[in-house]
Amino acid sequence: MTAATPIRIWDIPGGIHPAENKTQSLGHGIEIAPLPALLTVPLQQHLGGRAEPCVSVGDTVLKGQIIAEASSMVSCPVHAPTSGTVTAIGPAPYPHASGLEEWAIHIEADGDDRWCELQPVTDFRALEPVTLLELIRQAGISGLGGAGFPTAVKLKARPEQKIHTLIINGTECEPYITADDSAMRYRAPEIIAGIEILMHVLQPEQVLIGIEDNKPEAAQAMRAAVGERAMQVVVFPTKYPSGGEKQLIQILTGKEVPSGGLPADLGMVCQNVGTLLAIHDAVVLGQPLIKRITTLTGEALSHPTNVEALIGTPIRELLDFAGLQPDKLFRLVMGGPMMGFTLQSLDAPLVKTTNCLLAGTRDELPPPPPAQPCIRCGLCAEACPASLLPQQLHFFALGKDYDQLKRQHLFDCIECGACSYVCPSSIPLVQYYRAAKSDIRALDLQQHKADHSRQRFEHRQERLQREAEQKERDRLARAEKAARIKAAKEAEAAKQAESGAGTPTSDAPAPKAGGLSPEQKQLKIAAATAQMALKKAQKQLVANPDNAELQAQIPQLEQAARQAQEAFDQAQGESSNQPAAPAPQAGGDDETKKLKIEAAMLRAALKKAERSAGDSPSEEQQAEIAKLREQVEAADARIPASTTTKKPVDEKLKQAKLDLAMARAALKKTERALSENPEDADLQAQLANQQQACQSAETALHEAENNSPIPPPQRQLVDKKPVDEQLRALKTSMATCKADFKRAERELKDAEQAGGDTVAAQQHLDTARAALDVAAKAFADYMASKETN
Amino acid sequence: MSMIITAVLVLLGLALIFGAVLGFAAVRFKVDGDPIVDQINDLLPQTQCGQCGHPGCRPYAEGIANGEPINKCPPGGESTIQALADLLDVEALPLDAEHGEEKPRMVAYIREAECIGCTKCIQACPVDAILGAAKQMHTVITDECTGCDLCVEPCPVDCIDMLPLPTTPQNWKWDFPLPSTALIATDASRGAA
Repeated sequence: MTAATPIRIWDIPGGIHPAENKTQSLGHGIEIAPLPALLTVPLQQHLGGRAEPCVSVGDTVLKGQIIAEASSMVSCPVHAPTSGTVTAIGPAPYPHASGLEEWAIHIEADGDDRWCELQPVTDFRALEPVTLLELIRQAGISGLGGAGFPTAVKLKARPEQKIHTLIINGTECEPYITADDSAMRYRAPEIIAGIEILMHVLQPEQVLIGIEDNKPEAAQAMRAAVGERAMQVVVFPTKYPSGGEKQLIQILTGKEVPSGGLPADLGMVCQNVGTLLAIHDAVVLGQPLIKRITTLTGEALSHPTNVEALIGTPIRELLDFAGLQPDKLFRLVMGGPMMGFTLQSLDAPLVKTTNCLLAGTRDELPPPPPAQPCIRCGLCAEACPASLLPQQLHFFALGKDYDQLKRQHLFDCIECGACSYVCPSSIPLVQYYRAAKSDIRALDLQQHKADHSRQRFEHRQERLQREAEQKERDRLARAEKAARIKAAKEAEAAKQAESGAGTPTSDAPAPKAGGLSPEQKQLKIAAATAQMALKKAQKQLVANPDNAELQAQIPQLEQAARQAQEAFDQAQGESSNQPAAPAPQAGGDDETKKLKIEAAMLRAALKKAERSAGDSPSEEQQAEIAKLREQVEAADARIPASTTTKKPVDEKLKQAKLDLAMARAALKKTERALSENPEDADLQAQLANQQQACQSAETALHEAENNSPIPPPQRQLVDKKPVDEQLRALKTSMATCKADFKRAERELKDAEQAGGDTVAAQQHLDTARAALDVAAKAFADYMASKETN
Repeated sequence: MSMIITAVLVLLGLALIFGAVLGFAAVRFKVDGDPIVDQINDLLPQTQCGQCGHPGCRPYAEGIANGEPINKCPPGGESTIQALADLLDVEALPLDAEHGEEKPRMVAYIREAECIGCTKCIQACPVDAILGAAKQMHTVITDECTGCDLCVEPCPVDCIDMLPLPTTPQNWKWDFPLPSTALIATDASRGAA
């Protein structure tokens, strides 16, 4: 401490004095590590969110180009450390205590090390603090001391907290590490420039640079660089762990950061000297954070030194640069011997938080001796810089009593390792605390997630209930509407019935009101039954036209059906004493009946003739059919309009159908003639004409069908050609054979897949194929014979 | 005599006043529902998986409040049973194997190439963690998935897998040191070797 500094030095509780081991790596200044051939840049190198890659494999990148964007507020962008090509993006080895992989961007260096276009700021004082913060954020700067918290987030002023003290951490209390020491010795002016930038951003009243008294050269260099500026270099006695943020604040100001609080709560901000160097580079040079100073030390290295290396450089190459003797290497630690962790792989890259790589021999970093039971000596409590009770914490951690651990302020533990260092029973205390902390964090996270899930579940339930209620409401509304309509209809019907009953001409209830006397009903049922029996018989006859018995039965049935219908019609005719307005069913006069019978008989004859003609009618047969058809039409025409059609018939549709049938018949005739006399040009022309006519008739029919007012079920749109029995049998046998063949094929395939007996399946397949061939041949023969007929 | 009457009247008056106060308090500070159910519900893992035989965590919490055993929750496992035992001051029972075993945290994963977009899993998900629409590919929002399994069964093409939640550097946990073997001090060097 100089006379010029009125700063009082405070002390922290506890602390230890481990062997420093700092001189080994201080002999060569800051060396520049060679450019590696392949760099692995992890997307997450600090606390907070993982960066999102914004380049893709195969892209060429320039040094300093942004390759991954910050994904959230507490996140840092990542930049290309050198120019080259992106060769892969994916999980890669990562320097972490777990040894797990982390997403990284692999860049194959092209050796040019060509910068992208940089935008250095010539006069940062002209910029707004917010702009400077954004520059720092965009440069991807996170704390280079160890924890690696994004710097911009840490600097972001909260309106209620005025930062009055800026503390620069040049303490570097961990043994072995000399990265900050070297930085202060050789880069002091740049660090001071970085401090000035921060002073512009934060406008503090006081700037303190804390350096331990084991680094007199660094303190000297810093004092020289500070000159007349409003900063104070404070040198204080060496003690581990005075470099902890909270401890340093206590040493320099005497104030303790409250439990669970931040230095900002006291109006202070603490930054590491390495971070300030990075801020200088980012603002004054415009270079993002792509390199850092790292100590390479340990007895397994023949050339321990400090290097300035690119982020993403494989650790193996760095160690080789420092003369790694692999046979001597027992344990590689990232960070110092007190707080660092063992690296499981040399393939992991250098990251923003790698301040030291300690390649220790077995003698240097021996495996920890087995833990003995705690003897309650209390040395750990004396050593604890946070005034905790490590013993108690140890026992509660053993019992996993997390509530007690929280009550004992486990989360104020800075994991400095002083307690483990002094423990005479060599209990790995810090490991207990770390494990307990991660368990508690995981439980908190789980609890948080459970709350979140419950909320989502409850909201979902609410939503479903809302939807169900809405459906129920809609259903009720629909039911009500339907009931209203029904009521209106009923009212109307009742009105009509009333007016109908009011007319003196009718004694019996009008048929519209649905009134039939029991007698009438019975007759109606009888008529319907007879009609049904007739229809059934007709259907059977169609399927089996040679059955003489059926043929005999049909006229009888027709007769019976007619009689039943007549009886019913008569009964109804009697019931309605109003011949002036006969209901459609009430055609009571005998003449009409007779005509009807005649027409029906003619129709039956026509049908019979058509059936016997089959699908290849002879000319006489055709003529007969045409004649019969005419007669039927004539008979139909003679029946009075009101009675002829029980079903509504569309005249146009009928006409269209007739036209089509005639056109088809003519066409067939011509075709036949042509087949006998293929050279006849006249016939050919005729055929073409008729084909045209047939087509137009068909379109006309379709049109008529579409325009027909009759609902579809009452029309018969398809005129199926009768299929003769033999053809049907042939077709059926062929289909059966085909199915059999397919099944055999499947069986064979299954057998092949299962690796079972394929011989039987193959045989089956062969027989099925033979059967199919026979059936197909028979069918083809039959078709050919029919053609020649 | 008048003293006795005075005493009786004073006591009567006091009784009336306190009665009124109590009556008012009973109305004013009335507690709706059973607060213990909420406390139990807070301890349950809220996977809404139904493995306990109830249609969700809250119904089971109500069941526990009405005296059901506390060891029917496989997703919560040992720690939930312990917490429930502490809360209700009952003995912690081992997990009832009838309802399933304690498994590591799972997360549903849809093999998207095989998804036919039937939305059946979306309807089954109790926490709306599946995103998709009819005839569109579905996917699970991993952060919201509770690993309850309910979406696996309705899938007509069996394209949903339950995978253990991967360990990343972010959710990795430090191990507790192995329990120290009972070495005496003179054996320390041998133990170290």
